[in-house]
Amino acid sequence: MLNNFVIPDLYPAAPEIFLLLMAFLVLFVDLIFGATHRWIAAMLTLITLFGCAAITLVTWDGQTTLTFSNMFVDDALSDFLKLMTYFAVIMMLVYSRQYMADRGLDKGEFYVLVMFATLGMMIMISASSLVTMYLGLELMSLSLYGLVAIDRESSRATEAAMKYFVLGALGSGLLLYGMSMIYGATGSLSINGVAQALHQGQAERSVLVFGLVFLVGGVAFKLGLVPFHMWIPDVYHGAPTPITMFVGSAPKIAAFAMALRLLVYGLFGLVEDWQPMLLVMAMLSIGLGNLAAIAQTNIKRMLAYSAISHMGYMVLGLMAGVVGGRVEAFTAINAYSSAMYYTIAYVMMTMGAFGTVLLLSRAGYEAENLEDFKGLNKRSPWFAGMMLIMMFSMAGIPFFIGFFAKFAVLLAAIKAGYTMVAVIAVMFSLVGAFYYLRVVKLMYFDSPVDSAPITAGLDLRVLLSLNGLAVAAFGLFPDQLALICYTTLARSLSG
Amino acid sequence: MNASLLSLAIWVPILGAVPVFWIGSERRELVRWFSLAVAVAGFLVTIPLYIGFDTSLSGMQFVEKAPWITRFNVEYLLGVDGISMPFILLNSFITVLVVLAGWEVIEEKQAQYMGAFLIMSGLMNGIFSALDGVLFYVFFEASLIPMYIIIGAWGGPNRVYAAFKFFLYTLLGSLLMLVALIWLFLESGGSFNILDWHHLPIGIKPQILIFIAFLVSFAVKVPMWPVHTWLPDAHVEAPTGGSVVLAAIALKLGAYGFVRFSLPIVPDAAHQLAPMMIALSLIAVVYIGFVALVQTDMKKLIAYSSISHMGFVTLGFFIFNQIGVEGALVQMISHGFISAAMFLCVGVMYDRMHSRQIADYGGVANTMPKFAALFVFFAMANSGLPATSGFVGEFMVILGAIKFNFWVGFAAATTLILGAAYTLWMIKRVVFGEVGNDKVAKLKDIGSREFLVLGLLAVCVLAMGLYPFPFTEVMHSSVDNLLKHVAMSKL
Repeated sequence: MLNNFVIPDLYPAAPEIFLLLMAFLVLFVDLIFGATHRWIAAMLTLITLFGCAAITLVTWDGQTTLTFSNMFVDDALSDFLKLMTYFAVIMMLVYSRQYMADRGLDKGEFYVLVMFATLGMMIMISASSLVTMYLGLELMSLSLYGLVAIDRESSRATEAAMKYFVLGALGSGLLLYGMSMIYGATGSLSINGVAQALHQGQAERSVLVFGLVFLVGGVAFKLGLVPFHMWIPDVYHGAPTPITMFVGSAPKIAAFAMALRLLVYGLFGLVEDWQPMLLVMAMLSIGLGNLAAIAQTNIKRMLAYSAISHMGYMVLGLMAGVVGGRVEAFTAINAYSSAMYYTIAYVMMTMGAFGTVLLLSRAGYEAENLEDFKGLNKRSPWFAGMMLIMMFSMAGIPFFIGFFAKFAVLLAAIKAGYTMVAVIAVMFSLVGAFYYLRVVKLMYFDSPVDSAPITAGLDLRVLLSLNGLAVAAFGLFPDQLALICYTTLARSLSG
Repeated sequence: MNASLLSLAIWVPILGAVPVFWIGSERRELVRWFSLAVAVAGFLVTIPLYIGFDTSLSGMQFVEKAPWITRFNVEYLLGVDGISMPFILLNSFITVLVVLAGWEVIEEKQAQYMGAFLIMSGLMNGIFSALDGVLFYVFFEASLIPMYIIIGAWGGPNRVYAAFKFFLYTLLGSLLMLVALIWLFLESGGSFNILDWHHLPIGIKPQILIFIAFLVSFAVKVPMWPVHTWLPDAHVEAPTGGSVVLAAIALKLGAYGFVRFSLPIVPDAAHQLAPMMIALSLIAVVYIGFVALVQTDMKKLIAYSSISHMGFVTLGFFIFNQIGVEGALVQMISHGFISAAMFLCVGVMYDRMHSRQIADYGGVANTMPKFAALFVFFAMANSGLPATSGFVGEFMVILGAIKFNFWVGFAAATTLILGAAYTLWMIKRVVFGEVGNDKVAKLKDIGSREFLVLGLLAVCVLAMGLYPFPFTEVMHSSVDNLLKHVAMSKL
């Protein structure tokens, strides 16, 4: 057997390999210096992520390259989404530095788990086989379960981690079962192979659709769509805020990539079966997410329900690719890139929102109730302004990025003929506007209850300011990002 | 230089607000003077729009075009015609007055107050000059943010309720408009240019749906009966400056929307639904007039009077004749001056007495003679006294309405009686008679700053009433063109 072994082309997977090696290095370094010099692990992690970004940028050629026996793909889409992932993780690390240090949570495990989770996401983004996809997903999920429970003294965090683990395992199980069905029907584990088998039409349809249902269920679970959303509020609420920020940001990009790879790249032949499924889940998510968010008094829970509704809008773009059974490249790419644009915009906004929560927290105090935002304008007009930008952006009010993301998705949905769906979706965003406005009301119309000075470090302040300004700047000049989303996707799909 | 006048009108106030925020509320004098400088600069850059305007052209002038979102073919496309140009001037002018009106009264966070008004002024100019559907929408909705903050942060006791109601009501309408805009984009084969849409053939069924989507959006903004209920709340709770901008400019956005979108894009639906629109307008004119009669709160009374006057505007649009439409436009500008003045007058009294109740006043003329003279003058203008601007617009609309149908004109004409009744009755109870109580006896007359603000408005009201030609001349050919366009079926 051994003489058949060919060393695969490692070049397309260079960022992953680099990250893996560095993760081991951090593990090792932390063993030696961890107790005395905690900053070393943090610095190494940041350097690693910047290094990954550099590698990805240098190796970005827009070509589609398959490696590892066609199980791993490096294309324009994967490069772009990976870059976004690195940036989200880097931002999370900077945002969380002080919070974790104040609570003694900045242990070596934190950095190592973050790195492994990132590696998992990267593998998901680059997966071109059902097995690689599952592998990446599990690597990410297991690291995230660990991260949620990183504060061992907090019973709430432990409970959240347990819930996340049990439900997450269920979700992974669904996905795996669906994958096995699809493998059974098509005889292929490769995503391209599945697509080809579907194209030739020899696969047993009932088995395929059966598998598809489970697959979509698994994807919906990771995206947090209704009715697979139960874990989101509890995990968001229970986890330490930086971990919530982590769970709520970069994994959404990976989950989007998973949905895209499995459903569009792989199961496009069944598009008329999965589009209605996504439609129903999108509408339920938009409805339930927006309605339930109104009732929350905890901002992390509120943002959790808002995440559910945002993923609903995103999926609205994902399900608008094919109109009445006719496949048109432009319409399809237009729709999928709108979903991608939405995901990236959402990650940017949600990081800023959680960043403000971190800004108001300090040693021994969690600013996670809506009340804590009262009178923020009197305490710090600048950061109240930043939060105002995040909230209006999430509500979809221009000139912020959130509006253009919604606009792109609605355009795709209406183009696909779902005008009534779009009307209902915008009506629910009217409902959603209420709870975002409430945060603004607390900040601007009420008097502060907590008058302690804001003690957050300079790094957090600068990053939060940049984040807010970016949300505004991408709203004033939305063209570039939207075009990048479109071209990378177009290139990846045609390559 | 000439090419970017509209951009200047939009961005001078918005960018000018940035240093205002930066100066901060601690340096009060600096903030005030700087805000005033920005507002005046914002007004000055709009004056060449009037001077350089070619009244013989009906098309768009001062057009600016640049790609903005190439991905969706959205352009940064600006331009004004005779219908929209006067509103840009009006808006920039009112902003100067608002800054002056907030000079001493606003004690808390004055920098943010001034900055919010400056930003809003720029956004409103954007709405009036945008010729791209998305650009229009973006300005239209972004202008909600500063108004929401203004009502909520500097308003009266029930401000939070009013601010939410204002925001959500208006958002409800504009979201449906967004769907309609996207639909038009797809139907026109990928163009967001409003002028392209004017020539787009559309079937009757989609026309009616689009008309309704626009109607919800603009009717809320105008506001038309029965979606007017946010306005009295917002007006009563907003600070004086907020009420002034709401009444003078924000309400005009809805009416402007009808002229720019509903009438030319879906003319057949507009004709078909005109009876409904006329009925709603007449209800606003007559019924809301009666409602105004029984108000005990002065701001509420003026708010209802605004709704009633805006009913005239929508009536003028949907009778489809030249004099009616022009009258409606004149009425819009005139109402901009008069309602601004009325709210400023109430603000002057409120600053001294901290009450808006009619019953708390009486015999103000005895202690504030200069103020009383101006207040009575504006009240006369509000009830449509000849030689004031209020008369011109109403008279033209009534003439147009009688041409259209005698009974419609007759119903509309009752406003002359009703308007006089509620306005003058309020004046009688507030200004004239014996001094009502000790507080009134101690009132001080208006200072030079207040006199300047009200005096400027009085000059405008009088000038427009005596010699409306410069206003009608500007809009004449654009209205002519609009009516010709609306008369053509798109089916």
